[in-house]
Amino acid sequence: MRTAHKGGLPAPVPGLASALVWGAGQLLNRQAGKAAFFFAFFAALIGWEIGTGNYYAGMDYDARGNGGFFVKGLWGLFTLGTQPRQMTVTGLTDGDNSIVLMANGLIALLTLALLAIVWVWSIRDALGHRRARNAGAPHETSRAYFKRVWEGAFAYIVLSPGLVLIVFMSVLPVLFGILVAFTDYNRDNLPPKNLVNWVGFENFATVFAVPSWTATFLGVLGWTFVWAVVATATTYAAGFLQAVLLANRKVRFPRVWRSVFLLPWAVPGIVSALVFRSMFNGQFGPISQWLMDIGLTDERVYWFTDPSHPNLARGVALLVNLWLGFPFFMALVGGVLTNIPDSYYEAARMDGAGPLQQLRHITFPVVHRTVSPLLILAFVSNFNNFGVIYFLTQGGPDNADYRFAGSTDLLITWLFNLTLDNRLYNIGAVMSMLIFVIVGTISVWNLNRSKAIREL
Amino acid sequence: MTATLDATARARAARKRRPAAPRGERLASAFLHLELLVVAIIVVFPLLWIVGASFSPGDGLMDAEPVPDGATLDHYVSLFTETDYGRWYLNSLYVAVLNTVGSVVLSALCGYVFSRIRFKGRKAGLLGILILQMFPTFLTAIAVYMLFLNFGLLDSLTGLALVSIAAALPYNTWLMKGYTDNLPASLDEAAAIDGASRWTIFVKIVLPLMRPMLTFVAITQFTMPWMDFILPALLLQSPEKQTVALGLFAMIEDVYQNAFTTFAAGAVILAVPITVLYIVLQRYLVTGASAGAEKG
Repeated sequence: MRTAHKGGLPAPVPGLASALVWGAGQLLNRQAGKAAFFFAFFAALIGWEIGTGNYYAGMDYDARGNGGFFVKGLWGLFTLGTQPRQMTVTGLTDGDNSIVLMANGLIALLTLALLAIVWVWSIRDALGHRRARNAGAPHETSRAYFKRVWEGAFAYIVLSPGLVLIVFMSVLPVLFGILVAFTDYNRDNLPPKNLVNWVGFENFATVFAVPSWTATFLGVLGWTFVWAVVATATTYAAGFLQAVLLANRKVRFPRVWRSVFLLPWAVPGIVSALVFRSMFNGQFGPISQWLMDIGLTDERVYWFTDPSHPNLARGVALLVNLWLGFPFFMALVGGVLTNIPDSYYEAARMDGAGPLQQLRHITFPVVHRTVSPLLILAFVSNFNNFGVIYFLTQGGPDNADYRFAGSTDLLITWLFNLTLDNRLYNIGAVMSMLIFVIVGTISVWNLNRSKAIREL
Repeated sequence: MTATLDATARARAARKRRPAAPRGERLASAFLHLELLVVAIIVVFPLLWIVGASFSPGDGLMDAEPVPDGATLDHYVSLFTETDYGRWYLNSLYVAVLNTVGSVVLSALCGYVFSRIRFKGRKAGLLGILILQMFPTFLTAIAVYMLFLNFGLLDSLTGLALVSIAAALPYNTWLMKGYTDNLPASLDEAAAIDGASRWTIFVKIVLPLMRPMLTFVAITQFTMPWMDFILPALLLQSPEKQTVALGLFAMIEDVYQNAFTTFAAGAVILAVPITVLYIVLQRYLVTGASAGAEKG
């Protein structure tokens, strides 16, 4: 092997140097600009830690008292605090706030992870550059190097604002939520009064082993599936029917009908749901009143609050959802219908197919092929249909067998109650993960069938 | 889209050429229109009822009439004089505008980059946002709430808008990317040969072509904060920071329904602009939604 000028260090030497002090390897490679660049990150890391910590000569080091942003952050993430709030002669002392420690630790960890990318980059660069030089490649100045990197970095620069937003508003909360599932953070154990502890899989065990929790979970899960399947099927069927009827040539003023039928889709969901909630109000609502007026019932019907008729509430909720949901499918199917060539139907007529056969063998297969990916999407959004249930029934009627859930509660509304009204954050976090696993599985399965993933 | 228009035009022409119908067909037509009429009544009645309620004299749910006797505008007046509806409306508008601008700008940029530039980490990035998109907004919302609670960041409308943008960004990016994938790349290439920078290509060539999808994202992101309940319920607390959805929900929560007609007036003011927007722009909305399914 041809050794290069300047002594020809073996490649691992600058690599190792950069691993210890970022940029040192680049200095050995005589690339001062690059060395300064990497060292700046190293200095920022050390400076940040020392600046936010409590470092002085001859100290008794302890992560809680002396650690800076990173050391204390990681310490906090592991221990969740060691010092509870205490009453002393001087008054209440400040204890550790476990949740703040956990969040800070997570931020420290994410920052370290981002810095680790720079670290690995600096090592690989020092190593690679020396190896290339030893093999006889010409020397590249730092300036040329950065110019090259900059030109290739357009994508990263443009993506960075979105990336930062997503890391701090989505990724961080998701990670935080996952961590909470492994703690005892709930209404009986709230910081800063108490310390939160890691409890491993205890919360998962609670959901699956304590009978009342398991019964609620399975009951609510079962109804959520029934709801999602029936809600999707009924809205699709009704939307399909209306679209086919509207496409009929005998219909006068099809545009007017279409616009009228689109109203439930166009009116904000929260308004419609609240309107139906008032119409079905047990005590004062007009629907019971009319049923009494025409003599169908003798007393008012408590649609959503009568515990002895949970299925009545469920049925009405599904009907209201049908009202809300069919126009969207009608619009979609209508769009597909206009694209089916007339020649298909003419050929079918010549072969002697009646209208029903045409519907079954031409219209339905064509529409279904286009709309089926949307059905999965609709299923998922119905699975998590917070709006209809929460505004319409608030989960009611009460169910004595359930914990913090009513007969029409979906997993997502139950979760909302657990977290917001009952402050059972840890159980709520477990539920979130379970919902994610269910929804994620369905979505991945759906994606695998679509072409989007293969074209990535 | 042009295919759709052609087909409708053809259908219309066919309708005009229709010969006089025999009796059986006329009966079928009558049944058909009867069905349409029944569905139309079911669709319109609740909406008519709430509009009627907003003009009904009296305050309670019992007083609500679909076609009120002695219609009055009192509830619209008291909505702005006796409740904070005006403030809620401005709050929602603020969040909606911020959310629209942020979402459109960020998702257009990200969608363009993911669609047109091959860079290291592209595939990982796309898969990452795909996974994030499956995570229901709501589940992150609870964690955001716990974080904001402990850091004293609750009760900020700007914070709410930022969380909303971030929550919708993965899906919107995916939509924009899918749409840009279908735009001809030859235009970009020609401009690149002429020496245009990536930024110029994006602003001058790709962005104008993305308009239908930009419209879709803009409408959905503008209307979302008016109807969204979970995020504001978690993140906003003080009375002067409420949004329309929160305020209306609080009004109807009253067990005795003593402010029902005022609620109805508020609901009508909230619903009318959004409904008109949806009906007018329905074509964009339906196309955008189906594009989401094909690509996502």
